[in-house]
Amino acid sequence: SGRVGPAGGLGCSESGTFGGPPAPIVFPWFGLDIGGTLVKLVYFEPKDITAEEEEEEVESLKSIRKYLTSNVAYGSTGIRDVHLELKDLTLCGRKGNLHFIRFPTHDMPAFIQMGRDKNFSSLHTVFCATGGGAYKFEQDFLTIGDLQLCKLDELDCLIKGILYIDSVGFNGRSQCYYFENPADSEKCQKLPFDLKNPYPLLLVNIGSGVSILAVYSKDNYKRVTGTSLGGGTFFGLCCLLTGCTTFEEALEMASRGDSTKVDKLVRDIYGGDYERFGLPGWAVASSFGNMMSKEKREAVSKEDLARATLITITNNIGSIARMCALNENINQVVFVGNFLRINTIAMRLLAYALDYWSKGQLKALFSEHEGYFGAVGALLELLKIP
Amino acid sequence: MAECGASGSGSSGDSLDKSITLPPDEIFRNLENAKRFAIDIGGSLTKLAYYSTVQHKVAKVRSFDHSGKDTEREHEPPYEISVQEEITARLHFIKFENTYIEACLDFIKDHLVNTETKVIQATGGGAYKFKDLIEEKLRLKVDKEDVMTCLIKGCNFVLKNIPHEAFVYQKDSDPEFRFQTNHPHIFPYLLVNIGSGVSIVKVETEDRFEWVGGSSIGGGTFWGLGALLTKTKLLAPHPPPRRVLQKFDELLHLASRGQHSNVDMLVRDVYGGAHQTLGLSGNLIASSFGKSATADQEFSKEDMAKSLLHMISNDIGQLACLHARLHSLDRVYFGGFFIRGHPVTMRTITYSINFFSKGEVQALFLRHEGYLGAIGAFLKGAEQDNPNQYSWGENYAGSSGLMSASPELGPAQRARSGTFDLLEMDRLERPLVDLPLLLDPPSYVPDTVDLTDDALARKYWLTCFEEALDGVVKRAVASQPDSVDAAERAEKFRQKYWNKLQTLRQQPFAYGTLTVRSLLDTREHCLNEFNFPDPYSKVKQRENGVALRCFPGVVRSLDALGWEERQLALVKGLLAGNVFDWGAKAVSAVLESDPYFGFEEAKRKLQERPWLVDSYSEWLQRLKGPPHKCALIFADNSGIDIILGVFPFVRELLLRGTEVILACNSGPALNDVTHSESLIVAERIAGMDPVVHSALQEERLLLVQTGSSSPCLDLSRLDKGLAALVRERGADLVVIEGMGRAVHTNYHAALRCESLKLAVIKNAWLAERLGGRLFSVIFKYEVPAE
Repeated sequence: SGRVGPAGGLGCSESGTFGGPPAPIVFPWFGLDIGGTLVKLVYFEPKDITAEEEEEEVESLKSIRKYLTSNVAYGSTGIRDVHLELKDLTLCGRKGNLHFIRFPTHDMPAFIQMGRDKNFSSLHTVFCATGGGAYKFEQDFLTIGDLQLCKLDELDCLIKGILYIDSVGFNGRSQCYYFENPADSEKCQKLPFDLKNPYPLLLVNIGSGVSILAVYSKDNYKRVTGTSLGGGTFFGLCCLLTGCTTFEEALEMASRGDSTKVDKLVRDIYGGDYERFGLPGWAVASSFGNMMSKEKREAVSKEDLARATLITITNNIGSIARMCALNENINQVVFVGNFLRINTIAMRLLAYALDYWSKGQLKALFSEHEGYFGAVGALLELLKIP
Repeated sequence: MAECGASGSGSSGDSLDKSITLPPDEIFRNLENAKRFAIDIGGSLTKLAYYSTVQHKVAKVRSFDHSGKDTEREHEPPYEISVQEEITARLHFIKFENTYIEACLDFIKDHLVNTETKVIQATGGGAYKFKDLIEEKLRLKVDKEDVMTCLIKGCNFVLKNIPHEAFVYQKDSDPEFRFQTNHPHIFPYLLVNIGSGVSIVKVETEDRFEWVGGSSIGGGTFWGLGALLTKTKLLAPHPPPRRVLQKFDELLHLASRGQHSNVDMLVRDVYGGAHQTLGLSGNLIASSFGKSATADQEFSKEDMAKSLLHMISNDIGQLACLHARLHSLDRVYFGGFFIRGHPVTMRTITYSINFFSKGEVQALFLRHEGYLGAIGAFLKGAEQDNPNQYSWGENYAGSSGLMSASPELGPAQRARSGTFDLLEMDRLERPLVDLPLLLDPPSYVPDTVDLTDDALARKYWLTCFEEALDGVVKRAVASQPDSVDAAERAEKFRQKYWNKLQTLRQQPFAYGTLTVRSLLDTREHCLNEFNFPDPYSKVKQRENGVALRCFPGVVRSLDALGWEERQLALVKGLLAGNVFDWGAKAVSAVLESDPYFGFEEAKRKLQERPWLVDSYSEWLQRLKGPPHKCALIFADNSGIDIILGVFPFVRELLLRGTEVILACNSGPALNDVTHSESLIVAERIAGMDPVVHSALQEERLLLVQTGSSSPCLDLSRLDKGLAALVRERGADLVVIEGMGRAVHTNYHAALRCESLKLAVIKNAWLAERLGGRLFSVIFKYEVPAE
């Protein structure tokens, strides 16, 4: 397999009694995925706490639960995606809700500091973490927070998380979906997709960068390739080009812009379709190609530039994904990752591009919990759920 | 071949100033005979193509009519030489900036004589823009041709006809350019054209190709997005911008000074220091522009430009690899304005291809990448002349060669505004093919030493050719005693060749791999350019006459020897013919007075056995066995060499029952014997020797031409007729003699049959390099492994 990190689970302390049945895993249950841009945290809130347990529960544990579940925002940058909350989940025999929280990676020091302030280390919990940041911040966790991280392979976690979340559904609804008529704003429909035959599957994870995996079974997958042109590129370029400060702002601008003012289309060069090669006139021939002209540079708006950046990055990911699908002979492609959060433009474009250029052979699929699978996978590792 | 390295040095040592604007008649050459135009107008560069016929003076040899005479007078020449006009076909390609298009069209209009031409084939994005201008100026109808079709036609043409057209680029190695030997089968391949966008085309045959994919992230993205990000007035206020691509080049220049790690999020930024323990390269880019997602930091233009360049190059390389894999292709050629010979982009593309293909795919670039569209458009228009049925050769005298464009140079230095880049290709009289006896045609490399690689050897040979220039000029003048302007033309030749040598000192890669052969060929092209078709014709005539008179005596004394003695004497004779540069003055004096003595003297000069390379015993052993079926012999010099060395050897082979194909050059090169001279020589020998006489009559001895006019030998470009004959007769022995053919080239050539490579090292430096002394002997008898 083309996994980046070491095999998952290394360094985890066994909490079971040797020879006997495993002891229950102590609360709190967290799964952490520390990416290049965002930290994703899933938290299992037990709802079946007995009075007995309640009494025994230490103060710090109680306060963590209260803090996380009674707020939707933490500090100035932490956010709980309330709409993603999975209710009445059974995990390791416990019933509860799964919460999805994210905050920027650059606030990681504050998070660790909070762990120290709230005296996490006294809880003897294990922190299962994946993503590059699990390595980068390992030492800080230890020295500042007195917390031992259990570092997990990010691709293992990702796949585990996706398969698990798909299996539990989304509060009675389908986790996986696709777009019908993605190019037509009137007729475009988001429809549930039943991933009953998940394999083989091309998994395209669009975070700051992009990883593409071919998944053949639960335990058999390989990393096919990756590209550095990902969500970080979209947002980074938007910041430089438009002065925007948040991903939401960048997407909002993009939604109001017109990329054809920025990009050179096939029809701009050939007057229409380029028939010799079967290229439609609407296809982008050169991203930002119109910006070679000074006059046109002066005539575009920030919104146009944001839109063009979004289209450029999205089309490119679609194109690489399509080539990988062809090379691997796989026809269902699941796109995940936080680049797709509130990013219908990108999802519809991916859906359309994949369908168009493959002449209907490839299907683009999406998943409601787009960016949280790594964190879910880490939580599953903690709970030793296979 | 003759020696180089006698006396004196060339006079004019000014190096070629590339900023000189050439006078238009040196750019649009031979317009009076031009017909059939094609033009490729890109975003910034125009490429013009036309076909012309060139009148050349050629030296023809013709037998005297000896019928009715029974004796010859002592000093009568064996044949007569006349200089005749010959018409050959040439393709001209000129590249210049769009700014000059109007001036160029005016010049062409004023000088265009040919009135048959009615249409001009046009391609390129700018073709429509200038359509009216062209029609108005030239009064030619513009026929628009499809851009990609032209590009691919052009690509096929250069890959087939120009040796060392493709190269790989390695930034930190010396040389940076590593040229590929021409593959006999150019298909299938992938062409990645990086213009404003990227087109990826799979080419399967001459006429079959398909667009397999593309990307909108290309040169236009680098330029457009780069201009937005750097928002710089990239140009100095004075002088006003003229060159469109200058902005692009300035961006590249900015990029070459930037640090992308300030803008890109690297693996080590995500993983901290742990990437090492995980076996990850920390320098890999995790997210392009990932660090610029912040409002409170300024980024330098250089850093952003660099990051953008990496992003685009990596992306293109990745897509190219994915397509190469999908179609199982390992040859991927890159072209388009993003490349344009820029070391910066060639480097990043090469890096990306290596990274994504894990070394399985090579990024290949083309020396004449900029001309592909124009060549293709021209070929489309010339289909009735069927240029593809001919072989063509790059004319080194009339072509500019690949320019180095160091990224360290600023755009102002790079800007060769006002310069015109030229490519000329001569139509070869005969189609050229591989020698069927090559063991492995794709891996055959004619040249023994790559002077682009070997700096020491390069220095030596360049100096050697410089020093020999005076002598060549003198001989050129002497060869045309009746011409009033011979001295003037010879001086022009000197200038041209001297300049070529200086260019090659600076840019050894200018015409592909630099070799002794390419230096010799360039000299021949330059001589032809100034109408010195055969400076050695008189010398060869005299030497042939002298040697012919000695032939009976030499044969008599050989026949008097016992078998074993005779075999050694024959081989020594072959080698002795090769000892001297018979063109040298001292030697010719000896020859005039006592030619037989000269030949004997030469044999004495030879190194005693064991020779420097000596497999004579194996050869002798072989001769004791059954005769060869048919021997193919590549002859070297006129005079003693062919007549007293080669012919007695041929005669012995014939007597053994071996058929002989004697291959001589089609055109003149130094004092090498030409095919037409060999015909006369054979006829004269037949008159003296019944063995040769009957062999010629019975076609057991065949005289053929090589298709070449080079003092060296490229076994992958030989006359089609020769190849057919070799096949038909089942040749099982190849004899290659002389330094040019057996040492400078083919020393390592692997054949499917037995071969003899023999030469006398007449150059002290080379002899020393090979571990011997002057006049060391190479006698290399090789038998292919079973």
